[in-house]
Amino acid sequence: MRAAVIVFPGSNCDRDAASALAQVTGQAPLMVWHQSNELPAVDLVVLPGGFAYGDYLRPGAMAARSVIMREVCKHAEAGGLVAGICNGFQVLSEVGLLPGVLMRNAGLKFVCKPVALQVERIDTPFTSQYSQKSPITIPVAHHDGNFYASQDELTRLEDQGQVVFRYVDNPNGSANNIAGIVNQANNVLGMMPHPERAMGTTGDGGDGVLFFKSLLGGFR
Amino acid sequence: MVADHGLSPAEYAKLCEQLGREPNLNELGICSVMWSEHCSYKSSRIHLSKFPTTGPRVICGPGENAGVIDIDDGDAAIFKMESHNHPSFIEPYQGAATGVGGIMRDVFTMGARPVALLNALRFGAPEHEKTRSLVSGVVAGIGGYGNCVGVPTVGGEMNFDPGYNGNILVNAMCVGIAKADQIFYSAAKGVGNSILYVGARTGRDGIHGATMASAEFSDDQEAKRPTVQVGDPFTEKRLIEACLELMATGNIIAIQDMGAAGLTSSSIEMADKGGVGIEIDLDKVPLREANMTPYEMMLSESQERMLIVLKPGTETSSRQIFTKWELDVAVIGQTTDTGRLVLSHKDEVVCDLPIAPLSDLAPQYDRPWRETEPAPVLDMSTLPLRDPIDALARLMCAPDMASKRWVWEQYDRHVMGDTLAASASGSDAAIVRIHGSNKALAMTSDCTPRYVKANPYVGGKQAVAESWRNLIASGAEPIAITNCLNFGNPERPEIMGQFVRAVEGMAEACTALDYPVVSGNVSLYNETNGAAIPPTPTVGGVGLIRDLSLPTGFGTAVEGDLLYLVGHTSGWLGSSLYAREIEGITGHEPPPVDLELEHNNGKFVQSAIGASLVRAVHDVSDGGLAAAAADMAMASGKGMALEGSDILPAHAWYFGEDQGRYLLMVSANNLTRLQDMARNDDISLSYVGEVIGDDIALGSSRMKLSELRKQWEQWLPALMEN
Amino acid sequence: MKAIVHVRLKPDVLDPQGQAITGALHALGFTEVIGARQGKIIELDLDGTDHNLAKERVETMCGQLLANTVIEQFTVTIED
Repeated sequence: MRAAVIVFPGSNCDRDAASALAQVTGQAPLMVWHQSNELPAVDLVVLPGGFAYGDYLRPGAMAARSVIMREVCKHAEAGGLVAGICNGFQVLSEVGLLPGVLMRNAGLKFVCKPVALQVERIDTPFTSQYSQKSPITIPVAHHDGNFYASQDELTRLEDQGQVVFRYVDNPNGSANNIAGIVNQANNVLGMMPHPERAMGTTGDGGDGVLFFKSLLGGFR
Repeated sequence: MVADHGLSPAEYAKLCEQLGREPNLNELGICSVMWSEHCSYKSSRIHLSKFPTTGPRVICGPGENAGVIDIDDGDAAIFKMESHNHPSFIEPYQGAATGVGGIMRDVFTMGARPVALLNALRFGAPEHEKTRSLVSGVVAGIGGYGNCVGVPTVGGEMNFDPGYNGNILVNAMCVGIAKADQIFYSAAKGVGNSILYVGARTGRDGIHGATMASAEFSDDQEAKRPTVQVGDPFTEKRLIEACLELMATGNIIAIQDMGAAGLTSSSIEMADKGGVGIEIDLDKVPLREANMTPYEMMLSESQERMLIVLKPGTETSSRQIFTKWELDVAVIGQTTDTGRLVLSHKDEVVCDLPIAPLSDLAPQYDRPWRETEPAPVLDMSTLPLRDPIDALARLMCAPDMASKRWVWEQYDRHVMGDTLAASASGSDAAIVRIHGSNKALAMTSDCTPRYVKANPYVGGKQAVAESWRNLIASGAEPIAITNCLNFGNPERPEIMGQFVRAVEGMAEACTALDYPVVSGNVSLYNETNGAAIPPTPTVGGVGLIRDLSLPTGFGTAVEGDLLYLVGHTSGWLGSSLYAREIEGITGHEPPPVDLELEHNNGKFVQSAIGASLVRAVHDVSDGGLAAAAADMAMASGKGMALEGSDILPAHAWYFGEDQGRYLLMVSANNLTRLQDMARNDDISLSYVGEVIGDDIALGSSRMKLSELRKQWEQWLPALMEN
Repeated sequence: MKAIVHVRLKPDVLDPQGQAITGALHALGFTEVIGARQGKIIELDLDGTDHNLAKERVETMCGQLLANTVIEQFTVTIED
């Protein structure tokens, strides 16, 4: 599987995402600078965590208007896979590839802790290796992860089964305990928790490995 | 005018004599910051020379931006701790944030990628009217900066004491990793080499912050608010990436961050260390505000700026890197052979100073000092007998002991993907793996101010010894320390006495434990209206874990494991947490520190870990044996039962704070080997209890672990969210 | 010319920061405060003299970047 990680000024989980991809695929992903107007031919684009443009104005707002995002949108429209983690999720919602907005956490504070997630869908390219039986544990680390969408939008998301991960114990006030969603075509995913931090190599468990293995599954 | 600049009449006379004339305003401003306590260490320098600063693993000791140690395989760790006390009291969010930013720059300036942050925080009494807003501001500022830059905040300390009501302490430590043969230094070299200014633009931030940090507070400090700098972590993040990219090109001769006293101290230090002169055209300095004067430009403390001396011909390729990262960059001057700092502005020379007198001949004082009055020894038999479990529950919920989850959940502890132990984990030190290897750095910050206050010499020794012990307990080889020496007004002999004796105690411990000082910072004048803080020499220790497959920390336990205590217990309660929190008595002689015993006990524990004979190790410090067992129980989720003593009263046995002790968890099948080893090494190793059930039990007195945890977790959220 | 852009959350969107402000003011004894909404002001220094054109351009800027119209609304005032 060929993957690219987009690097915005202020991205800070770009290297972590690259390490996780390399660990699972055995192949280092391409690192693509935000000013590039060309996206190499890849199967997967990862928008990493961090504070692109310092989260100034609104998290993800300025990154969403960067040159490379036009190419990422084309890639998504052509059916290519896109995964936005944390700040990457914020970018995807700002650019309109995913519905909703990630607002300031209900507790108003940055929150960094492992959270239990219910996997709601295992028929997506991002989650095929998971089971729905028991929750997984993945850390969150964000200040703006409070998922908001209008009631109509929420109803539509639920009806179409676009909610992929749900918090067991909501850390940020997200509507319907939403931690991660996909678009209608199932090829664009955004999630606030960091699977790349749960790769079995630190104290945070290994439940993130299956996320990356799921992605690999579709391409081997 | 001279007094406004914080120079004494004698210092001003000396300056005029050096120049052969009166200085102009720019020169006066520059000299006043260079000769401020903050930049010149004029009160402390002669005492700091008592620290051992060399050793087989020391690559670079004090004097550069940070200390550098060898951590094998061609790798080096670069680290330093620094205070940002005054700014954090005036504006807690920005003060703490810029403290974190400044210490990171000290570390990446030398070529390291920052990999970990720690913070030692001391606040006033929890019930004091300012404490809550200071805590929430400081914590948010630390998180706001570190989280955004993407360096994990992995450890630290947080204490409360009414002695800090008017002067909180915010000491930030940063640890970075570099290649040992690619360390960058600050000495400018050559003649005619370009001086590159990079990073943020210069505004009117923090003018005279360095002199502010060297003066006592009074109640009109509100008026000083505009001098506090504002941090921009987004710029810092780009500056790190751009500087590391530039360092890889080989274009750099010297590099220095602009910290306190900004362009002034960075240019003068670079020139002075390299024995060259510097010429700056102030019209070329990137400015954020219009109509800035030379005085303002030279003294501005705008954050996220660096000064670089480039190899000839590399200007264009260097500029490209900073342009790519959307940072301001300009060649603002060049090195000269005059030995002078010459500044021009609008075609006029506005400053022409000889560099050597400014730094080398800066005033240096051997201030008079007086030994702290000896504290009485506490007679433990005068203390009433109490139910030990009740006392333990109260101790664990005391401000200094209660869970700090409310704080560390606001810090990103895991970014960079190598954090093996941080605040949440059962470990005496934070542990961060060297990326892609099987080795790790262990890091800790320590000081017990109540000991230092009662006996500065013993307290100084203890701060170093506890740091060393924490690294040993987490499975590391302790290598070196940085420190941050926070004291009151050195012009008062009793305060200077605290400083001198604490430094001597620390120096003795560093020597005895082969644990040199490689960097540090001094923060004096921590007083408000004549009331000084408790003396607080914070120690930041770094050690190396060579093999991550060996046991570390105290987060695991297996039912039936045995608890063994290394070290002798006399039941010392003077200046203990028990005496303060349960009996309300303070100011007695603190526990003695026997450095030979400390060393031997530590080496024994190190060998036991190396031979995999222990499951878990915890140092015994605040709250004594009972608190250590409670920590282990809560970290592992397993009940612990401690036996009482036949000799000592319960409070002395369970809560005494004798030094040099470790609590080991051992499985029965390793016991004989461990005991043999202790006998051979002549180490005191005694059975004290076992891992059993769901309770924490002290003799026959017990409570549910879950109940203790609930109370322990409750205190800080109750304070902050009430 | 100067454009003053006020960006605020739409009335039906929860504003936890506004709630926190209300709570803090109550704690200080300002019990007459019924509610608070937090927004932001962005000041733009503009080249040109045509107020109507400027307003139109700045509104476009709001739609494209300065406000997230899923949750935010904005007003634009042009000053000399």
